[in-house]
Amino acid sequence: MKILVCISHVPDTTSKINFTDNNTQFDTNGVQFVINPNDEFGLTRAMWFKEKQGASVDVINVGGPETEPTLRKALAIGADSAIRVNTPATDGFQVAKQLANVAKEGGYDLIIAGRESIDYNGGMVPGMLAALLEANFVNTCIGLEVDGNEAKAIREIDGGKETVSAKLPLVIGGQKGLVEESDLKIPNMRGIMMARKKPLNVVEPVDVTVHTEAEKFEKPAPKGAVKLVDPDNLDELIQLLHKEAKVI
Amino acid sequence: MSVLVYIESEEGKFKTASLEVASYAKEVAQMLGTTVTGVTFNTEDVSELATYGVDKVLKINNSKLKNFNAEAYADALKQAAEKEGTKVVVVSQSANSKYLAPLLAVHLNAGYASNVVAIPEGASPFVVKRTAFTNKAFNFTKIDTDIKIIGVSKNAFGVKESQGAATAEDFSPNLSEEDFSVNVINVDKAKDKVTIADAEIVVSGGRGLKGPENWGMIEDLAETLGAATACSKPVSDMGWRPHSEHVGQTGKPVAANLYIAIGISGAIQHLAGINSSKVKVVINNDPEAPFFKAADYGVVGDAFDIVPKLNEKLKEFKAKNA
Ligand SMILES: Cc1cc2nc3c(=O)[nH]c(=O)nc-3n(C[C@H](O)[C@H](O)[C@H](O)COP(=O)(O)OP(=O)(O)OC[C@H]3O[C@@H](n4cnc5c(N)ncnc54)[C@H](O)[C@@H]3O)c2cc1C
Repeated sequence: MKILVCISHVPDTTSKINFTDNNTQFDTNGVQFVINPNDEFGLTRAMWFKEKQGASVDVINVGGPETEPTLRKALAIGADSAIRVNTPATDGFQVAKQLANVAKEGGYDLIIAGRESIDYNGGMVPGMLAALLEANFVNTCIGLEVDGNEAKAIREIDGGKETVSAKLPLVIGGQKGLVEESDLKIPNMRGIMMARKKPLNVVEPVDVTVHTEAEKFEKPAPKGAVKLVDPDNLDELIQLLHKEAKVI
Repeated sequence: MSVLVYIESEEGKFKTASLEVASYAKEVAQMLGTTVTGVTFNTEDVSELATYGVDKVLKINNSKLKNFNAEAYADALKQAAEKEGTKVVVVSQSANSKYLAPLLAVHLNAGYASNVVAIPEGASPFVVKRTAFTNKAFNFTKIDTDIKIIGVSKNAFGVKESQGAATAEDFSPNLSEEDFSVNVINVDKAKDKVTIADAEIVVSGGRGLKGPENWGMIEDLAETLGAATACSKPVSDMGWRPHSEHVGQTGKPVAANLYIAIGISGAIQHLAGINSSKVKVVINNDPEAPFFKAADYGVVGDAFDIVPKLNEKLKEFKAKNA
């Protein structure tokens, strides 16, 4: 089985979110970048397929040279080779187009992406990629088995889950559940050493018509101070929620 | 030209989120000088939709669409959009809408903006405000394509009633075999349980509750309030509660009217995911817990003492105000 894992390079979840250039650019100063958490669950599931069923695992990112350490980390976790499409990611459609272009060439059976990336939260790359490739698609995927040409996937739905079957090639939008948190691997020294020798191929982008443009950013208004209620006076809390906040 | 809305329903009842997106679509339609067309799947009585701004309903009745199927639904919506000459499609941000919208965007060659929290700033340029960095910021996105898809965040706009009547007509899209290549084998859904996605109120517990055996009081409180239950990430990682209850940046987003956090410290990743809830209450025995900086109301004290008391008092309140 040939697997491609899409890796988004995102600010660590503890990052301070600030903007520069008149609030048009994300301020990367002092920000640490990581593999998007949803993608990490998918990558770990891909490693499981590699170990248990035999598979080759490529990872791919659309981004500038600054994303290479993140791809190297994925290689250190165990991916066989990495691809970087050499262009900044500008919107979901552009990224999906670039990915589709590479994926078409590669003839992958399974493409694992994350449900959403935690920076722009677009949640559109996996679905758009599937549509561009005319491959089957399962979103919010929390369980995946592959047997020959057939995949069985569990999808989280509002209020429960759904089991679906689909033929390969398949694209999934993955999340926690694909593997458990405790299954995530921290690269060891050997992995890091080996990752240095693994191929990281840089490919040039194709032209894509612009669908959407991020223009400017804004931070939420600062929050007012909390109103504290005495634990011996919970009636007051109920009255505040009823009369002031009007939520009960 | 009309603005198209994907109307979701469950067992013949419209989802509140769909009434909200219909209300949103009405305002967009007024801005563009056009009308709203709603597309329903397997619902008989659609008269209620007129109250929320829908002018025309395209009713799809097809037993093959009994279970949600993203590809088939996207194909049906595409054909509806083409029939109506639609330039703007509005969807909610439910799991199903988030699933089909990117497919629909490719099929319609449309630009798609998700997590939108306000009416477009204007028709040309068409700029929408959306959340980014998991609620830590907003981003203004310009959609350049002829056809546009807007995914409206829950509770961002509200359900608004308007006056008018709706016409209804049957619509039978041509669906191909490929539309059904992902097959539902089994749906496992808790009955009679409020889901985090639909809930007005969410009661959430953290590691401060010490163990799964202590969730009885959380469930009792949730029941009194008609709320959904949720939890912090470590609670689901330790298996105290199912993953489906994990909320936060790497779990489910919560955009409820009221979010009650019990024994949750308020880590940045937790807050990011629940911040778009309107009113936040924290109950924590550590006055220095970061959640107090994010909350509207707080009680400093022992949850094991406060939660059962609060529940009793709420029951009295509910009985009086029923
Ligand atoms: C990449 C990444 C992603 C993450 N994503 C998420 C996410 O999506 N969602 C999430 O929730 N977390 C997430 N986290 C974890 C997050 O950083 C915190 O560790 C987590 O939210 C803490 O959970 P908690 O508040 O339940 O536990 P703790 O931080 O241990 O807090 C427990 C709280 O309970 C209080 N307490 C103890 N006893 C009592 C009592 N008797 N009565 C009242 N209060 C009491 C304590 O004062 C404390 O404030 C993520 C972390 C990382 C690194």
